Amino acid sequence: MFEISLGHYLTLSAIIFTIGVAGIFLNRKNIIVILMSIELILLAVNINLVSFSVFLGDLTGQIFTLFILTVAAAEAAIGLAIIVVYFRNAGTIRVEEIDKLKG
Amino acid sequence: MENINLVAPEIFISLSLMSLLILGVFKENSSSVVYNLSIFTLFLSLLINLNLFSFNNLYLFNGAYKVDYLSNFMKFLIIVSGIFVMLSSSKYLKINKIFKIEYPILLLSSILGMFIMISSNDLMVFYLGLELQSLALYVLASFKRDDQLSSESGLKYFVLSALSSGLLLYGCSLIYGFSGSTNFDQISNNISGVQYGLTLGIVFILVGLAFKISAVPFHMWAPDVYQGSPTSVTIFFAILPKIAALSVFIRFLYVPFINLVDQWQTIIIFVSIASMVFGAVAAIGQKNLKRLMAYSSISHMGFALAGLSVGTNEGIQSSIIYISIYLMMNLAFFSCLFMLKRNDIYYEDLSDLSGLSKNHPILSLCLLISLFSLAGIPPLAGFFAKFYIFLAVIKEEMYFLAIVGLLSTVIAAFYYLRVIKTIYFDNQTEKFDINHDIGLKISLLVSTLIILIYFIYPSPLQTLISKIVIL
Repeated sequence: MFEISLGHYLTLSAIIFTIGVAGIFLNRKNIIVILMSIELILLAVNINLVSFSVFLGDLTGQIFTLFILTVAAAEAAIGLAIIVVYFRNAGTIRVEEIDKLKG
Repeated sequence: MENINLVAPEIFISLSLMSLLILGVFKENSSSVVYNLSIFTLFLSLLINLNLFSFNNLYLFNGAYKVDYLSNFMKFLIIVSGIFVMLSSSKYLKINKIFKIEYPILLLSSILGMFIMISSNDLMVFYLGLELQSLALYVLASFKRDDQLSSESGLKYFVLSALSSGLLLYGCSLIYGFSGSTNFDQISNNISGVQYGLTLGIVFILVGLAFKISAVPFHMWAPDVYQGSPTSVTIFFAILPKIAALSVFIRFLYVPFINLVDQWQTIIIFVSIASMVFGAVAAIGQKNLKRLMAYSSISHMGFALAGLSVGTNEGIQSSIIYISIYLMMNLAFFSCLFMLKRNDIYYEDLSDLSGLSKNHPILSLCLLISLFSLAGIPPLAGFFAKFYIFLAVIKEEMYFLAIVGLLSTVIAAFYYLRVIKTIYFDNQTEKFDINHDIGLKISLLVSTLIILIYFIYPSPLQTLISKIVIL
């Protein structure tokens, strides 16, 4: 029987993390996609922490995860609010059109 | 729980912040009352903080929270700059119609977050403090919500800052996994030899922290956010988060990872050199003064990091002196910026300063002093700040860093002198208003005087800082 070890969990979370980071940099269309990528990064961190916590036999990691979930919710709320404010002013949330500030 | 009085400043700020929120919601047109009460709150917490100044190396909450000379002094700096920022910006807020009850409350909550960051001795507490600070700052950056530039700067800050928090958290999770603890002291005990997981974790956390103090290569948000957000928020951005992030840098590098100094020293040296050079070169072509200050702050953070890269107590102390003087210089410069007002419109371009000295000799003199000090010209305070850094760097025989630092100072002097040339030798334009409120005048006067007379009496700051011994 194939056994799932710590390394597998870490690889999974590293892959999700990379997808999240790549999603922020490669995305040229929509800011909502960036929000989703940020959530992916935080979820990758959570997988990391929970698997470490289980394999170390230490509860701290799981408590950390709960804090991260809470903060991620607050962050998403503020992010959406800022996007709404921006949309009212600019009429668009396409990433390539957010270029009023440059120099 | 007998040490609960050690967190009195934090408890006081959080309680008064909640009661101010209630007051603001239930009482109509209370923005002015809430604003003044917030300044008063900061003032009282300054007194509480001064009362704790004699405590050193005390732990609370199972070692997750640490009160020592470093945290007390950094909190002192944060409260002082918070008070001056609020004093100087009230008229700007009123004229730009963003004088709302949320504004001082958001400032207070981000200051609370910074306090928690500074005192944290545990990755979890550190992360929560960081997020409390950042969440308030996202909203502040986009506070002028009818303005496209302000909301765009808030959006950019949010996306990049959330990304950096994610990287930082990934680093935290790796460090937790490979050392088995989130407590800084226990991490330091558990580390045995070089492990790649730990090194990777340190790198990720350094990326997140470098973002917070806008060091190259994670600086790209700073010019946009500085330019787009209201000036009252820009001055906040330029000073307070950097103090907090710098003290976390000290805490993080010198407590858990002091044994891995070879691993992180090269990174800090690289970041420091890149920031000094890039900040100096990129500022040359800037037309907008706030944007110029963003590049200047990138360069200054490079110097502060150069002090940290040394790995000695002297280096840490010189960095702390640097950040205290940097605070005063930025305060003086932005106070001058608040005075460039004509018919309820604030001006922030380099060309608006043209011939300022003919109409406003005193304001020009203050600008001259703050710019000379930023450029590091003796005998002003900015020179001594750089001098201590170079002294600490050369003592450890890191000559390359010192030489690059000196060269970038010379390059940076060019754009500061160009601003001075515009003020003193270009054709004069229309007069600006002179009816400034008393708070703005006080903060300009105090900061300029401190820059000017620091060289006569430097010992109070030095004796305070020489008590901060980390290693």
